[in-house]
Amino acid sequence: MAEPLLRVEKLVRRFGGIVATDNVSLDVAAGELHAIIGPNGAGKTTLISQLTGHLEPHSGSVSLGGRDITYLPAYRRCALGLARSFQITSLLLDFTAADNVALAAQAHAGHSFRFFANARKEKGLRDAAHAALDRVGLAHRADVLVSKLSHGERRQIELAVALASKPKLLLLDEPMAGLGVTESQGMVKLLQELRREVSIVLVEHDMPAVFALADRISVLVYGRVIASGDPAAIRANEDVKRAYLGDQHVVTHHG
Amino acid sequence: MKTFSVSKAVTAVMLAGLVLLPLYSYLSGNIFILTLFTRIVILALAAASLNLIMGFGGMMSFGHAAYLGIGGYAVGMLAQEGVGSGFIQFPVALAASAIYALVIGALSLRTRGVYFIMITLAFAQMAYYVASGLARYGGDDGLTVYKRSDFSGLINLSNRTQFYYLCLACLFGVIFLIWRIVNSRFGLVVQGLRSNEQRMQAIGFPAKRYQLVCFVISGTMCGLAGALLANNTDFVSPAVMYWTRSGDLMVMVILGGMGTLFGPVMGAVVYLLLEEFLSQITEYWALIMGPLLLLIVLFGRGGIMGLLGRLNRG
Repeated sequence: MAEPLLRVEKLVRRFGGIVATDNVSLDVAAGELHAIIGPNGAGKTTLISQLTGHLEPHSGSVSLGGRDITYLPAYRRCALGLARSFQITSLLLDFTAADNVALAAQAHAGHSFRFFANARKEKGLRDAAHAALDRVGLAHRADVLVSKLSHGERRQIELAVALASKPKLLLLDEPMAGLGVTESQGMVKLLQELRREVSIVLVEHDMPAVFALADRISVLVYGRVIASGDPAAIRANEDVKRAYLGDQHVVTHHG
Repeated sequence: MKTFSVSKAVTAVMLAGLVLLPLYSYLSGNIFILTLFTRIVILALAAASLNLIMGFGGMMSFGHAAYLGIGGYAVGMLAQEGVGSGFIQFPVALAASAIYALVIGALSLRTRGVYFIMITLAFAQMAYYVASGLARYGGDDGLTVYKRSDFSGLINLSNRTQFYYLCLACLFGVIFLIWRIVNSRFGLVVQGLRSNEQRMQAIGFPAKRYQLVCFVISGTMCGLAGALLANNTDFVSPAVMYWTRSGDLMVMVILGGMGTLFGPVMGAVVYLLLEEFLSQITEYWALIMGPLLLLIVLFGRGGIMGLLGRLNRG
């Protein structure tokens, strides 16, 4: 098998006596949508934070496209093609939607030590922003301040921002969090399309969405990967049923 | 789509007033007002430079007066050593301010929030005590600048009107630069960092580098104000760096409107005129000034510019 796009090896992160990430290893192949699920407190966000560079692991390694990025700062990983969305929406509230996305494009269009020309009139950046906004279906809201957008729209902007950096790998931390039924369906549809263009690591609580989207699923419990495989295998896995899915009828219902 | 707005109109009137002031001073024979406004324009320049990091960059520097001192001492010390040329004095003043800003910024920007405020304050106080210790240059008593910067006939700084227009040109020049900067790629990054640093790092911007460059630009601009101020008062002393002076600059920025282009100018004009006016009425002018400022900060969020903006909508 070719070198995976993302390889996580024996990652360990402790908080005091608690091992939040316990020897986690996983691979994400190019073109794959890899979902990470697990009950609350399983260490999903801790794991994501180590992938994005917001948290340093105590041991183990993370590599992207064969390059060791374990201790690279967040902005350098981003330059290598790693983009993320936040579980809790994190945008520039006093900027317009277009500005938010254009800044992401700008971050990947050379350095920003340009002091004189009006950046809002740079066609390349604006076009990239509008393309990304269009991709998530928000082109008509481009000039609205993010603080005036609905929660659902902000989730979409999060995605547009991540897309504007033309990433190789997209880390999505609960993109459906707080969305209504229709909005969730829209997001699933959007992710269905995006997965053809970019590899995705998806952390999500919405089980029907995960099982509809994922090529492979890793199940995290108490910081450990207890199972990893395709959706059918995960659904059939006894450990997973016992530890996590057991009484969640959603999954059986769905299957 | 240019629309009329109260804040634009008031700004235009203020700027026209500043430009025409020497004419008024000449016609009315009131020389004092020109001296007063020269000082106002110089401190407006300092406030505008502070606004670049504080209003647009979200970096609450409580040590900005240090640059007034550094720019001023550069002029004063060179003059004392027999280097009277403004073509040397001014570049040295700017360079010294830039270097100081680079060092202080590199150290201070490791901290955030209230620690940043405290550490910039601490460095400015250090600069104050260093200046107090310069026995050769007057120490505590300060240093008299016997001859103003010499621009070899190009402009005569001892001529009140010429000097006033030089200061005003510097102020307009700096505001023009700030206007270009805040709309540039660099400016958007700096303002993005003010808004949400975590997000900016996540999309790939190394935060500190941009903030540091902004800090240096701001400090250099304020150094220019310092060099002008020393020429204006023919004197420079450690007192210009004292922390209350940094506080004055902050008040001007907040009073006028943080993160607006002309707010600091408005703030400087109003603050210094009030100070002048009230101190003529009573020795206890601060007793009136304090509550007045409090009211504006409490009820006029966004300062005077914010108030004017609301007038427009209401």
